[in-house]
Amino acid sequence: MDIPYAIEMLHITKRFPGIVANDDITLQLRKGEIHALLGENGAGKSTLMSVLFGLYQPEEGEIRKDGQVVSIKDPNDANALGIGMVHQHFKLVECFTVLDNIIMGVEPQKFGFLQKKEAREKVLALSERYGLHVDPDALVEDITVGMQQRTEILKMLYRDNDILIFDEPTAVLTPQEIDELMEIMRNLAAEGKSILFISHKLAEIMAVADRCTVLRKGKCIGTVNTAETTPEQLSAMMVGRNVNFHVSKGEAHPGEVVLSVENMSVQSRVHRNDAVKNVSLQVRRGEIVCIAGIDGNGQTEFVYGLTGLEPLSGGSISLCGKDITHASIRYRNTHGMSHIPEDRHKHGLVLDYTLEDNLVLQRYFEPEFTNGAGFLKRRNIRAYAERLIEQYDVRSGQGSVTTARSMSGGNQQKAIIAREIDKDPELLVAVQPTRGLDVGAIEYIHKQLVAQRDAGRAVLLVSLELDEVMDVPDRILVMYEGEIVGELDPRTTTQEELGLYMAGAKRDEVKA
Amino acid sequence: MRKLLSRSAVQSLIASLLCVLMGLFLGYVVLLFINPAGAWGAISAVMKNFLNYSRTNLQLKNLGNTLVKTAPLLMCALSVLFAYKAGLFNIGAAGQYVVGVCACLYAALNWGWSWLPCLLFAMLAGALWGSVPGLLLAYCNVNVVISGIMLNWIGLYGTNLLLASVKETTSPYTFHLSTNAPQAILPTAGLEKFFAGNTRVTIAIPLAILTAVIIALVLDKTRFGYELKATGNNKNAAKYCGMAEKRNIILTLFISGALAGAGAALLYLTDFEQWACTASSVPGMGFNGIAATFLGGLNPYGTILASYFVQHITSGGAFVDKTLYCSQISDLISSLIIYLCGFVLFIKTSITAGLRRSEEKERQRLAAAGKGGEEK
Repeated sequence: MDIPYAIEMLHITKRFPGIVANDDITLQLRKGEIHALLGENGAGKSTLMSVLFGLYQPEEGEIRKDGQVVSIKDPNDANALGIGMVHQHFKLVECFTVLDNIIMGVEPQKFGFLQKKEAREKVLALSERYGLHVDPDALVEDITVGMQQRTEILKMLYRDNDILIFDEPTAVLTPQEIDELMEIMRNLAAEGKSILFISHKLAEIMAVADRCTVLRKGKCIGTVNTAETTPEQLSAMMVGRNVNFHVSKGEAHPGEVVLSVENMSVQSRVHRNDAVKNVSLQVRRGEIVCIAGIDGNGQTEFVYGLTGLEPLSGGSISLCGKDITHASIRYRNTHGMSHIPEDRHKHGLVLDYTLEDNLVLQRYFEPEFTNGAGFLKRRNIRAYAERLIEQYDVRSGQGSVTTARSMSGGNQQKAIIAREIDKDPELLVAVQPTRGLDVGAIEYIHKQLVAQRDAGRAVLLVSLELDEVMDVPDRILVMYEGEIVGELDPRTTTQEELGLYMAGAKRDEVKA
Repeated sequence: MRKLLSRSAVQSLIASLLCVLMGLFLGYVVLLFINPAGAWGAISAVMKNFLNYSRTNLQLKNLGNTLVKTAPLLMCALSVLFAYKAGLFNIGAAGQYVVGVCACLYAALNWGWSWLPCLLFAMLAGALWGSVPGLLLAYCNVNVVISGIMLNWIGLYGTNLLLASVKETTSPYTFHLSTNAPQAILPTAGLEKFFAGNTRVTIAIPLAILTAVIIALVLDKTRFGYELKATGNNKNAAKYCGMAEKRNIILTLFISGALAGAGAALLYLTDFEQWACTASSVPGMGFNGIAATFLGGLNPYGTILASYFVQHITSGGAFVDKTLYCSQISDLISSLIIYLCGFVLFIKTSITAGLRRSEEKERQRLAAAGKGGEEK
């Protein structure tokens, strides 16, 4: 039983103004094990990892490597100790080859000349040994996300790291790629590497991890052997109560068509080719339609085209029977379309504005809030904001005069949802509305979406989260490389089938 | 104390004062290097400005002269400020100011217009000049700084060209308004009585202050100001909620240009200065306006005081002893101070960060004390 610990973080406490991000947390990683770190957003996982990498210095506690107390002052120290990390968002240079990316920073050289041959042999040997298939000469921008991730893993192995941290590695992968990754992780562990696996997906943790440490609100709730626990138990540890994972909703009663998109094409901002190709779909009153797919398959461009942020390169859109293909954003916003944007900081909020000013962002120009001479009616704005704050339970430090920037992510999102729903739209476009939120907020948002449906509105949900895709909508449309490749019924389909469509391995001729 | 320090207005004030002190100190050091004997005298001469005179009526008269030049500076500062709130850096204010000079002098001397149409014409000219970078940005995505700087020079040489038709034959200067176009001189409305009969003191000064108040109101209280600031803070969010991005960019620079153009008229229509048709550099007014905007903490009211201060030291430079220092020294000192004005935002951020750290320490101390108490 006494397998030595590779790395130990003992009684780590890290405080930030106003909050204790890590409160007496102990995490012990054994040699050759896969150890999961489970917690909601804001539970303190990132802080703990930043402490391990020397980005933050803890106020209390110590870190031990192989039983010896070590001090980690910056990421270079962490590297020297053999700690490596695959970040959620890969840190790769897109226009470099896989090989260049792997050796970057530790390039073998003689008299200032690169010795790539040597490097290539080492990389090939490593990829052989651990079953990490990559093409060393391919450009990163040309390879799949899965291969990019393998490049990141090879980067760590190339540096002879033996403590490997995976930060939510499955978020960007298809179900099939996830299976492959799990296999790779098992291989790595069998070869004696110690793996720390950060996730909030219980199924994956149950599948691959030996032990699991659960954090909640900065505190360590406990460490359990996954063989002796259940997903239910883990989730209860994670959120502190039993969560209803399934969205409870009644039968949908679709009515007339609200949104009709015909052969829509939209160019990508990056490469000027069509990122959305000939997409047609309809959304009816009283139903939730979900566009599922892996990130970067044209969903963002589709929404930009639909909401008017980007012009169409072909096709037409009609809302409640009116053609809005060339209508302005303001026209769409005031004629029945509400849009909960993908990125609440980029599009959804003016962060330096107060909450009340953000709540009227879509209606400040209405006679209720602006008089004939162009002056704002501050009193009405305040009253309106206070009603929304009350009704949608938006919490903030100083009420309606709080700066949006200082609010928590969940409450920022609630504010956007309040603003968009209160416009009483015909069509609600919700793009990844639960991104980065904790379980409580997710539950709330899902309830709101179902309530909108039941109130007879058309809801178009764009989501990357499999659970959300399976639970919330009444119909699923799968988008792959800019096209709708399948329509699925969430009641009859399985995650596996969905995965095949998302990965482009399966497609139907659909006219949704 | 801490509460007081955390207020934005107080922070701005402290930061501005610190910048001024640093600028004076640096200027003093430079003077020490050049000629240690006269350094103190020179720096105090700059700070004293009109107080260098001992007779009250001369003091008043020179205070008046400083104020006459404060008015256009304030207008240029407001021009920069207004655009800055919408996220645009109007370095072209200097050029808009120059075309304003051209428009008002040309209309006054060639066409014999009276002061109000001249003023309006200068505003229009500045506004149109300002909207060129606006149009370029909105439709061709050309950086306003680049196009603004280029337009500054085009405006300068165009002005030299056009005003050559109304210049004195023996000098490069345009005709005096008082002799050739008295109808175009701004009315004094009795203000000269407060400044020992200095008739250059005109309604320009109250007009500029009134403009600052109007700008403050527009930014704070109107729908247009709301849109403008939203665009400045987050262009994407402004687009997302359907604000007319292009129209707002063009309109903002149009108004910004009008302010700078009006600033030119408020100086040249007092006949305080004549335009030198051989000018080979863009007047500093527009650039000093940038300094005054930042020194004023990006607040229209703060800008009033900051503009006065910047003009105070610029005018004060004239009193430096020219036997000890070369004549450019006054420009050097004032430009050092103006240069350091740019650090206002930096100092403000430092104050905020410092406050946060001290709060953090306090909290930890309290937490430790609390723990200790429990153990007992």
